Amino acid sequence: MGIIKASKLVFEYLKYNDEGKVEETSRAIDRVDLDVEAGQFIAVLGHNGSGKSTLAKHINGLLIPTEGTVWVDHMSTENEEELWRIRQKAGMVFQNPDNQIIGTVVEEDVGFGPENMGVPTEDIWRRVDESLRAVGMTAYRHHSPNKLSGGQKQRVAIAGVVAMRPKCIVLDEPTAMLDPNGRKEVLQAVRELNKKEGVTVILITHYMEEVIFADRVIVMDRGSIVMQGTPREIFSQVDTLKSYRLDVPQVTLLAHELRTSGLQIPEGILTIDELVNAICQLS
Amino acid sequence: MSIKLEHVTYTYSPGTVYEMHALEDVNLEIRDGQFVGIIGHTGSGKSTLIQHFNGLMKPTGGLVLYNGENIWGENYPLKALRSHVGLVFQYPEHQLFEESVLEDVCFGPKNQGLSPDEAKERAKEALAQVGLGEEFYSSSPFELSGGQKRRAAIAGVLAMNPDVLVLDEPTAGLDPRGRDEILDQIAELHSVRGITIILVSHSMEDIAKYVERIIVMNKGKVAFDDAPKEVFSHYRELEGMGLAAPQITYIMHALKEKGIPVDETATTVEEARVSILKALGK
Amino acid sequence: MIRDITIGQYYPADSILHRLDPRVKFIGTLIFLVSLFVSNKWEGYLLATAFLGAMILISKVPFGFMVKGLKPIFMILLITVAFNLFLTPGTILVQFWIFKITDAGCLQAGKMAIRLIYLIIGSSVMTLTTTPNQLTDGLEKLMRPLTRIKVPVHEIAMMMSIALRFIPILMEETDKIMKAQIARGADFESGNLIKKAKALIPLLVPLFISAFRRANDLAMAMEARCYHGGEGRTQMKPLKYASRDLAAYGIMLLYLAGSIVIRILGR
Repeated sequence: MGIIKASKLVFEYLKYNDEGKVEETSRAIDRVDLDVEAGQFIAVLGHNGSGKSTLAKHINGLLIPTEGTVWVDHMSTENEEELWRIRQKAGMVFQNPDNQIIGTVVEEDVGFGPENMGVPTEDIWRRVDESLRAVGMTAYRHHSPNKLSGGQKQRVAIAGVVAMRPKCIVLDEPTAMLDPNGRKEVLQAVRELNKKEGVTVILITHYMEEVIFADRVIVMDRGSIVMQGTPREIFSQVDTLKSYRLDVPQVTLLAHELRTSGLQIPEGILTIDELVNAICQLS
Repeated sequence: MSIKLEHVTYTYSPGTVYEMHALEDVNLEIRDGQFVGIIGHTGSGKSTLIQHFNGLMKPTGGLVLYNGENIWGENYPLKALRSHVGLVFQYPEHQLFEESVLEDVCFGPKNQGLSPDEAKERAKEALAQVGLGEEFYSSSPFELSGGQKRRAAIAGVLAMNPDVLVLDEPTAGLDPRGRDEILDQIAELHSVRGITIILVSHSMEDIAKYVERIIVMNKGKVAFDDAPKEVFSHYRELEGMGLAAPQITYIMHALKEKGIPVDETATTVEEARVSILKALGK
Repeated sequence: MIRDITIGQYYPADSILHRLDPRVKFIGTLIFLVSLFVSNKWEGYLLATAFLGAMILISKVPFGFMVKGLKPIFMILLITVAFNLFLTPGTILVQFWIFKITDAGCLQAGKMAIRLIYLIIGSSVMTLTTTPNQLTDGLEKLMRPLTRIKVPVHEIAMMMSIALRFIPILMEETDKIMKAQIARGADFESGNLIKKAKALIPLLVPLFISAFRRANDLAMAMEARCYHGGEGRTQMKPLKYASRDLAAYGIMLLYLAGSIVIRILGR
């Protein structure tokens, strides 16, 4: 069993009418099975409303399954006594950087998680130092978060989670509100955490360029997992992706179009170099 | 008809230690019927720039002319200008406030002094143009999906019947399909209704696909102002400004370097496809 | 206007005052305020001036910054002075129409002006040298005994620090929504009071919705980072008195004693 496992996970939202009776139930997650090995980099793709955020919130016990079970490091999220240990093991970063920073000074915000866990003071300082270094924000430790750029704020938020020494980090569209440079900064920080510290990463996004580094890509639609595989396997199915309201990077799309026009170019091209080499071999 | 900026400068907190030049000697003219893209990294002055187009910000130096008239001249009707030049801010759904979608879209026309019936007519037209049908009229704007909210908010500006529509990153935070839908509708407003469109975007791919002219802002100045092909040919300089060209530009330049005779000014997937096929003699 | 308020703004610098325990600064400010009302003789004010001047010098905060804090209360200051000037009975110095300026009035107005100005500058010295977080930490620790009578001290302090963090964000948001509505033809300026109040609806509704959305997001983010109230929580920057803090307490007590002595002797 991997670090994160979900079995037949179902989650239903209840909608109440004016009299407080259940008017309708809608299934946000429909029988999802998932098994994530420690140290992997997993990307979850899906359009808005596909259920990917709801899935993310199950991984650290912010939502409890209607049916089925989610285990984090062998602990079921339904077990309330383990709740704080689960949240420490599986940290979470959200979309809006402004709405998840609590401290008025960068370093104090990073210390917030360890404080809640009851970590001794000197240890908190060590963790804050390490976490800020891991995301490259040490120079800003005494700054006010309000004065930072979007990408920097999001790196502070990631440091805040890293300071809790989690085994796994779930990032719920961390780059959706950032500009291209901010997106690069955040992605860089996340990849380094995964490679250097061996933290398991579950990255939820709808930017296709961000998933080409993932070990495994999961595509969600209407609450179910509809595609799963390496980035190359996923991106070789351009038309299927489009039917799930998704896109592929321009380079992959061009390769696909050229192939449809009769050129002998392999499917699932991910980088500019790959495409250029493939075309050069033809001429 | 046109918007013209002559030597426009905007300085925050002039004369203090916090003095900052957001715009410096900006000269440009946006003619009727153009589809213009504005790019620049965060803090390059593009948000300040677009707020000068409809008189939300007053330049600290220089002139802003609409149809040749100084909008900061005496007795100039600024309120009327704002119905000629519609401005859609980033995350416009954050300005929705009425109980129903239709009423919210009526807000602009009512402020223009139209009767409730006329305002409703305009609102219905605008909603149709963004692809929101009758079934949405009485829904609460807060119950819509993200993409629908965005479109309702754009309709709120469109209902004022502007001649120029300025949109600040209208696709931020939307998924790929939602993004394409909104951009296609904006392109349709341009081609069918002939509205001048000024589109601020971070996505070079989107810009390359839709606009006929790009204004690149850097450190409060206009760095480039030209057709997309011309602007993207300076992709090395763009990188120095924290920007990039579309992926296609990089592919075409790489192919050219390898000696394949492609047209390196291609910026869209379709142009690239045609050019590569031709170069390979197929 | 809102930007002019220096109370609650932190001025980063490296001074003894910045390094003092927030509790010392908080109690020190209280003592200074008490001393202002203890003093009723010029000697007393002289002592207060000397004390305040010394604090400003030690704090390394530019004097201009302190004075800026007076701007928003200028009207209140003017009214207070006017009331005292014209309405205190005593020997008449100047008289025109129904206004009488008396010697006692002049004295009283002068005292009130000094008290108010020193009060604002005195509290600014505290807020400019203490980060909002330190301040709430200090208050939390000072009010700790109140937990025994079931006052949720930790929660109050947490609420204060969150409010401090979100004030600038919400101010920026107000500005943005206002501009967006102006672009849609809204008019926040003309018309009578009722019309103006009605014009605020397109601003206030989105603002409240946004504030609730942020609150919701923040609550979730806090839970995700294991926040579960003050129980079992440790602190990254726990408050511990150093010898300089004790020395500061001593100086403050001496100062308070000084101003009491001046009052008693002055009689």
